[in-house]
Amino acid sequence: MARTEQAQRYVGGGVLRKEDPELLTGQGKYTDDIVVPGMVWAIVVRSPFAHARINSVDTSRAGGMPGVIAVYSGADLASEWAGPLPMAWPVTEDINNPPHWPVAKDKARFAGDAVAVVVAESRAQAKDAAASVEVDYEALDPVVGVEAALRDGAPLVHDEFGTNKCYTWPLADGEVDDVFAKAPVVVKERYVHPRLIPNAIEPRAIVVQPVPSQGEFTMWSATQVPHIAKVTLSITLGIPESKFRVIAPEVGGGFGSKLQVYAEEAICLAVARRLGRPVKWVEERSENYLATHHGRGMIQDMEVAATEEGKLLGVRAKMLVDMGGYLQLVTPGIPLLGAFLYAGPYSAECYSVEFTGVFTNRTPTDAYRGAGRPEATYAVERIMDALARRVGKDPAEVRRMNFLPPFSEPTPTPSGLSFDSGNYEATLDKALELVGYDELRKEQAARRESKDVKQLGVGLSTYIEMCGLAPSQVLASLRYVAGGWDSATIRCHPTGKVTVLSGATPHGQGHETSWSQIVADALGIPFDDIEILHGDTAVVPLGMDTYGSRSVSVGGVAIHHAAERVKEKARKIAAHELEVAEDDLEFADGKFQVKGAPDKAKSIPEVAFSAWTAHNLPEGLEPGLEETYVFDPPNFTYPSGAHICAVEIDTDTGKTEVVRYIAVDDCGTIINPMIVEGQIRGGVAQGIAEALFEEAVYDDNGTLLTSSMATYAIPSAAELPRFTLAGNVTPSSTNPLGVKGVGEAGTIAAPPAVVNAVIDALSHFGVTEIDMPATPERVWNAIQNAKGGSK
Amino acid sequence: MIPEPFEYEVAESADHALELLGRFGTDAKLLAGGHSLLPLMKLRLALPPALVDIGRLSDLSYIRDNGDAIAVGALTCHEDLQFSDVLKQHCPIVSHAAGEIGDPQVRHRGTIGGAVSHGDPAADLASVLLTLDAEFVIHSTSGDRVVPAADFFKDLFEVDISTQEMLTEIRIPKLQGAGWSYQKFHARAQDWAVVGVAAVVNRSNGSIDAAVGLTTMGDTPLRARAVEEALSSGADVATASQEADRDTNPPDDHMGSAGYRRELSKVLTRRALEESLSR
Ligand SMILES: Cc1cc2nc3c(=O)[nH]c(=O)nc-3n(C[C@H](O)[C@H](O)[C@H](O)COP(=O)(O)OP(=O)(O)OC[C@H]3O[C@@H](n4cnc5c(N)ncnc54)[C@H](O)[C@@H]3O)c2cc1C
Repeated sequence: MARTEQAQRYVGGGVLRKEDPELLTGQGKYTDDIVVPGMVWAIVVRSPFAHARINSVDTSRAGGMPGVIAVYSGADLASEWAGPLPMAWPVTEDINNPPHWPVAKDKARFAGDAVAVVVAESRAQAKDAAASVEVDYEALDPVVGVEAALRDGAPLVHDEFGTNKCYTWPLADGEVDDVFAKAPVVVKERYVHPRLIPNAIEPRAIVVQPVPSQGEFTMWSATQVPHIAKVTLSITLGIPESKFRVIAPEVGGGFGSKLQVYAEEAICLAVARRLGRPVKWVEERSENYLATHHGRGMIQDMEVAATEEGKLLGVRAKMLVDMGGYLQLVTPGIPLLGAFLYAGPYSAECYSVEFTGVFTNRTPTDAYRGAGRPEATYAVERIMDALARRVGKDPAEVRRMNFLPPFSEPTPTPSGLSFDSGNYEATLDKALELVGYDELRKEQAARRESKDVKQLGVGLSTYIEMCGLAPSQVLASLRYVAGGWDSATIRCHPTGKVTVLSGATPHGQGHETSWSQIVADALGIPFDDIEILHGDTAVVPLGMDTYGSRSVSVGGVAIHHAAERVKEKARKIAAHELEVAEDDLEFADGKFQVKGAPDKAKSIPEVAFSAWTAHNLPEGLEPGLEETYVFDPPNFTYPSGAHICAVEIDTDTGKTEVVRYIAVDDCGTIINPMIVEGQIRGGVAQGIAEALFEEAVYDDNGTLLTSSMATYAIPSAAELPRFTLAGNVTPSSTNPLGVKGVGEAGTIAAPPAVVNAVIDALSHFGVTEIDMPATPERVWNAIQNAKGGSK
Repeated sequence: MIPEPFEYEVAESADHALELLGRFGTDAKLLAGGHSLLPLMKLRLALPPALVDIGRLSDLSYIRDNGDAIAVGALTCHEDLQFSDVLKQHCPIVSHAAGEIGDPQVRHRGTIGGAVSHGDPAADLASVLLTLDAEFVIHSTSGDRVVPAADFFKDLFEVDISTQEMLTEIRIPKLQGAGWSYQKFHARAQDWAVVGVAAVVNRSNGSIDAAVGLTTMGDTPLRARAVEEALSSGADVATASQEADRDTNPPDDHMGSAGYRRELSKVLTRRALEESLSR
């Protein structure tokens, strides 16, 4: 057997996380831990109204309060802005793209919109003074729902457009209407995705330190995107990028909510520039619920055409998407991340989707774990169950007959994209076996027969998703204004230690561990000798940051390539020193060995030392051993899997309990199984949360009712079952590591598995529809309505 | 997250607390475990100018067997109620209900005195104590007075304690072998009750002698008198339970519509009675 080029010592192993000793002993440094001499505190005054004209802002009383240094209205700060806050994804040519100023000047467009800023010596003083800022609001009728927003005569969120419609983005392939007209079976359903509040455990926080004499600014921010923030905020503030450094220290979770460039970042920069003093702002939890972007918020009219047997012929879907009051960084583009997945892992002849973005007087929406793909997956997987009911087949059977056959090379799909690799049927089979599908069906039949109070339901979700954002040219075709590459630099120190600079910016995922595993195997360096630096634009100049499950399949692959470059140069030096031709060397056991004479060898640390002394380098070769690679992926990656959920429903109260949950995932090659498992567990929990618990509920005035963790029902371990996880890996054909990504899979897969199970439990009563979250009351109502609306 | 400025004094004894209340005036508040008061202050929904901290009065944290009743000091925390052998033996419904409150952190800080004094109709212990016909000992500079539970809960967030008084003890009659149950319905383990039903049941030759209390079914904790009467006049459990929402006024909000809460109260009453009878 030929020796493998790379000894796989770390990749695939359950190495403990490097990050944890520091974090678990309270030594991690978060933005709120940063204290700078002379620092002042900012508090943002927010509109209590969802929609109101701002007639005047009187700051005089607040300005005279103890410790207050300055109070600014939107008008006061207007001259600070070289441009509005960034919006990087104008999805259509004719999109209505309103300017979004960090502090509102004329109108408040959601409850929580910033209307003034108070700066004081202490946070408490700023908070007290904020209550004394007198804003003369003229309350306007708000638009709260997307359908109401599109009605004639609806109040306008942005008057200048004459409509609340933001854009319509269509994608069509094949003779859709023709196929539907002729199809023997057409199933049409309407699905609603609640608005969700991302709830990173660390709220946002910002510290800006100016160096007035140099015109320089350093910003620490609890952000997922220091590199993107640097580019965009330099434009908003008119600060030269060369004089602006952004640092994301330890960041306590994001789930997409910190994939954003926020008003408060711009405000802190502006105030620091005005006052010439460091400024700090730390979000309160209740403020987080209002002012940090929300996720989801979509209504889907989903249709499939099929044969009598249940073979899919086509997909046709129309979506209304809640943008909220403004367009944030990528608000309009979020649904597009799912736009190509409305046929799931199935084949179909034709495909058409259309998204209409709509302004409402609510907190802006943007990326939330899964971003567009949970929405798509939910529609597909729900309608597959509806189709199964319609053609009288088991839901597993209908899926099986529609799966794309197994493949390991790029394969075209109904939406026009090419998937990378997959074996969907085998994955489903594994999940069915693990869950004990036939047994569950028997148990279900028995409980129906005995009219048990607790009815049993089983739900499937055979999802496909899309990550590895993204081939830059594809992004261009979707009108996204940035690229999708990421960078890695590997610096081999003369002492044998290695520093890696990564453009990905972790906020809890364990990049330092996974990246070290990749480098350790690639270069034969001990795991503990590798240091990973990230999240500081002065240290890692090039980066596109972390979101959309992109890190391993873009940033991680960049590291792989950078390591290959290091080896390329190292091989030259080793060959020179060993006085053999490069071809006579093989890299094995972490060393360049002379073929046939393995004791003649040079390790990377030895080469690094030679490269540093430069005493004896090949002719023309530069000293030093440091290489950079910027990886622009040729395709997306397409993780997939089969999740099966079993629920028990108390039919007297409507309460659902998840009693069994099986997840079989194909996230490509696994770097660290423990980290992957953690991602899936957390993701599934968050998906169950959407299915059964969480929703941002507003009243008719546009006031958020679920305004704290007491009423916004994030489930805890007590509400979740023990998950059974398994894998069915097909290495991605998109990149040399074979990795796909796993950060969002659970959240994408779980909601339809759970809701399908709930409906399955009640289908014998005639229940066919329950919106998320399937709260006890909703389930109870569905049972009552199906039973003929008794009581 | 940051309350308005307020004055703060630590009481050394119950009488010292009353003295401080007298000094600060009528808007001052006693601070026990702080788990109802402080969240309201942090949201600036409660703005007391002064707090008198009684949280350190350990002599008011006790559970004693007084013969017919168990005497519980007002500063006893939920965790102590949950694991008290005396209560588990003589008033297991109180231990059980205390264990259903919030999460372990809440149960370590929150006190039985705070739970009932706050006057929240969602407080689990309030409806349980009402069901048990407990008595409340109210202390003031003019001495102690004893208020039966039936008279204690006046209105939403209003109980029979004046601004210059303090609750010091709760006297809970022993169950004497009666069957009991507390059915708390909530979406998450740490949530407040959407509806809760407490039952204490004795069988007396043929009919059922029951006390049934309701959590979150009106402005105060309530007794389901119609259920109790139906049972004593011989109705079966299923039939009597249908009366659970009689004379109630449940909240109607996104945590549960009034209609849903009414139906839940019937289901939970039936379950509470069935469980009580099986004990
Ligand atoms: C996250 C969370 C979840 C919770 N879940 C539940 C739940 O599921 N069920 C439930 O029943 N409760 C729940 N609670 C409330 C908890 O039980 C509180 O501890 C309790 O309601 C109040 O007790 P305390 O000692 O904290 O009172 P405090 O908050 O200190 O005081 C509450 C009020 O009572 C007054 N007061 C306190 N002690 C006395 C006294 N001795 N004499 C006169 N007045 C007094 C105070 O002045 C104040 O007005 C929850 C609380 C939290 C924070």
